[in-house]
Amino acid sequence: MLEFLLSVNGKQLGAQVDADTPLLWVLRDELGLTGTKHGCGMGLCGACTVHVDGQAQRSCQVPVSSLAGKHITTIEGLHPQGQHPVQQAWLKHDVAQCGFCQCGQIMQAAALLTITPEPSPAQIDAAMAGNLCRCGTHLRIRAAIQGAAATMLRAKAGAES
Amino acid sequence: MSGVMLQRRGFLAVLAGTGLSLAFDLHADASSGTRAGPAQTFTPNAFLRIEADGQIVLIAPAPDMGQGVKTSLPMLLAEELDVGLDQVRVEQASLDNRMGPLQNAGGSTSVAKNWRPLREAGAAARWLLVGAAAQTWGVSRASLRTERGMVIHDESKQVASYASLANAAAQLSLPEHIPLKDARSFRLIGQRQNQVDGPLIVRGAPLYCGDQRPPGCLIAVVIKAPVFGGKPQSDNVFGINALAGLSGIPNGATNAPVIGSRPHAANLDALKAMPGIVDAFILEAKGEVSGDMVSRSVQPALQAAVAIVARNTWSALKARSALQVTWEPTAFDAHSSGGYSAESKRLLEQPGETWRDDGDVEAALKSASVTIDAYYELPILSHNSMETMSCLAEPLPNGGLRLTSPSQFPSGPVEAITSVLGIPKEKIELHIPRLGGAFGRRWEVDFALDASAIALKMGAPILLFTPREEDMRHDFYRPFESQRIRAGVDADGKLVAWDQDRVLHSFRNPQTPKITAEQFPVNFIPHLRIRARMVASNVPAGAYRAPPANLHAFFIESAFNELAYAAKIDPLVFRLQVLGEDRELKDTGFSPTRMKGVLRLAATKADWGDPLPKGRARGIASWFSHAGYVAHVIELSVSQTGVIKLHRVTSAVDVGQIINLHGAEQQVQGSVIDALSGALLQRITLNNGAVEQSNFHDNPMLRMPDVPHSIDVHFVESERSPTGLGEPAYPAVAPALVGALLSATGKPIRSLPLSQHDLSWS
Repeated sequence: MLEFLLSVNGKQLGAQVDADTPLLWVLRDELGLTGTKHGCGMGLCGACTVHVDGQAQRSCQVPVSSLAGKHITTIEGLHPQGQHPVQQAWLKHDVAQCGFCQCGQIMQAAALLTITPEPSPAQIDAAMAGNLCRCGTHLRIRAAIQGAAATMLRAKAGAES
Repeated sequence: MSGVMLQRRGFLAVLAGTGLSLAFDLHADASSGTRAGPAQTFTPNAFLRIEADGQIVLIAPAPDMGQGVKTSLPMLLAEELDVGLDQVRVEQASLDNRMGPLQNAGGSTSVAKNWRPLREAGAAARWLLVGAAAQTWGVSRASLRTERGMVIHDESKQVASYASLANAAAQLSLPEHIPLKDARSFRLIGQRQNQVDGPLIVRGAPLYCGDQRPPGCLIAVVIKAPVFGGKPQSDNVFGINALAGLSGIPNGATNAPVIGSRPHAANLDALKAMPGIVDAFILEAKGEVSGDMVSRSVQPALQAAVAIVARNTWSALKARSALQVTWEPTAFDAHSSGGYSAESKRLLEQPGETWRDDGDVEAALKSASVTIDAYYELPILSHNSMETMSCLAEPLPNGGLRLTSPSQFPSGPVEAITSVLGIPKEKIELHIPRLGGAFGRRWEVDFALDASAIALKMGAPILLFTPREEDMRHDFYRPFESQRIRAGVDADGKLVAWDQDRVLHSFRNPQTPKITAEQFPVNFIPHLRIRARMVASNVPAGAYRAPPANLHAFFIESAFNELAYAAKIDPLVFRLQVLGEDRELKDTGFSPTRMKGVLRLAATKADWGDPLPKGRARGIASWFSHAGYVAHVIELSVSQTGVIKLHRVTSAVDVGQIINLHGAEQQVQGSVIDALSGALLQRITLNNGAVEQSNFHDNPMLRMPDVPHSIDVHFVESERSPTGLGEPAYPAVAPALVGALLSATGKPIRSLPLSQHDLSWS
């Protein structure tokens, strides 16, 4: 066991864990951040998605020892009041059913829109292909991402004008 | 006191027709008739209250597993109470003996069961509040109306909030009968309502069982034998009694399983030496582990397993990887899916048990104009909810347990713990978290028993965590089934002969398979025979969304599509002909009229009959399941190399009054995607007695690029009482899909998943 200092949601947090501990379990068991979920443990379902230096990563596949100097954002830190445009779009379109996959979906969608602010339907499908949803909310995920993209573009245009 | 007694009797009389008796929960001071003094809580029944600060709280009785009942059931209360959901706080009920079966989420029955009781509960509260205003203002009841938590006297323009009337309302008595709203007055029911937990879900709030971490909580992982029901090998030199003094029999639990450290073929000492590991031991089997082949009810039981208890999840998972254990041989070690398939074909050569024999099916087949002879197979399916099996069990100082269990039937774990572990049910609390999907899997009690047995041994809170591999390999599966169907039409295209030979794996099901011998198409075909045989298998089977229709509809509807195709009859026309004239069949509760209604609606909305280019086609199927009527049309293309593209699904649904239009559409679209995922990609196979698959790489789920962009849902508008929507849309999807492939390629598909077939055509 080693002491690791991590930058999570803008704070410096410490955890005493084995070096090979996946970030997922450091978040859930040591840091009390349980929004990030275990769905498969193999990087196949996306329920554990976080941002590392702004990039979407499957936290079940990221060993804590690889995170020195990196900035981690979890669902809890995506927006201080939980009102990121993607989160707001998720509410407007009533996306969730059981909700278990949705934090991973939101993190993946937020990362997509940072890189591709005007994604085509095909780009949305490809970007979200790694996130499973057992309840079948896919149609509303698509609609919410398109809605969030439009909102974010309008805000950017408004800020620039 | 007499005011309270009248109220209690009156209220109980109102609910007598529901078969329930709800206890009162009036605040003691309110019952004594005190009018002055601080505001007290107004709690006319178990389902709602107005708190001292005026906050209206509605109680959601049943667990929400994504079917939306934490929203739709409070809508029933809110409708009759005349408040908006935005004005209230919704609380999830814990296991509450006053609520009985209203707390069960399964069989698509929550809304149907709660429809009258919750409306009556809301109406009763409104009655009392209106009465309080009438009294306060000295006006008649009839001159008052309510809207969004206010009582209004239009004539004098006086208004009063429910909060301000709560005290006075608590003094009043209820009449024998309280009228409910007419459907035309509904403000909420039938409208779109966003789900109440949405804001918490999108922020990652700790809503699920596995998100709880009470002080001192330990993580437990349980490893079971690869062959169902297997046990770790033990060294017989040491008897169980000799070790009783060493084993961890907890105080006060007279019936607890013996959990000891007797010699066994598992490297438990090595695991216990690993960092973060608190304990590792054998969990002994207790109770009947699996029912026999014909039993329809399996007693809850603790299955033999290795339990690992750790300070955190990663330590437990590493110990699991390091575990070496030898399992005892079982009678099922040579079982395989290939073996079940061969056995099914062998059994079909035997006559089996006759469940139905109408007319003379052999003669009718001989004289038929066009016949089919088709053998179909469906595989085992695993539930694959996104949240794997979990449970939090906290021992209480009185020897009891506090559970946080994501259980569909909250009383189930309590009964199981009492019967298997000997804890009296008065000492067990059960709290209901949000469920990360269920689909029938969390009707079982295994996860609650495992967590509780370990918690009692350890004397510490135990959070049971199940890795995906264990979840997929230790399920209560949708079982396999095969059918051979021979059927024929006469020269007029009428379906006259139907010979159905079934090979079943016995499974627990609220509806025994024999009931299908009385259901459609029985009584719709003059010469019909159903015979059944059983395959001996130890695969634990349980309820999977829409049992047994999740098997049965595929066989029947596929045979319909194949026969229509062979006889060159439009499959929609074929079905309408089989259903016959408009009529209501009182005996079976099945309405051919309503079934034809959804078939026609789906066909119309899907442009059925409009020409399509070669390789593109529509398929149609319908099914009556869990009291709902559903028809689907699926339009797809198949490339000549056999690649499918799903263009559009059109669904027509008749389930009576819709409660939440958002939630209802979600259930249909979700069922469609679920069924497509299963039909296209999924199966569980066995080899050497054990499940071969373990995760989403070898038992995949449909991913975003393959989900159709259009799933158009059309509801038949109805004021009939609601009948439920968690399941009815599921069964007809797979046969509609396969029917579309038949139309597009001319090739019948008789087994699933489609991923195992070569769909190329020329």
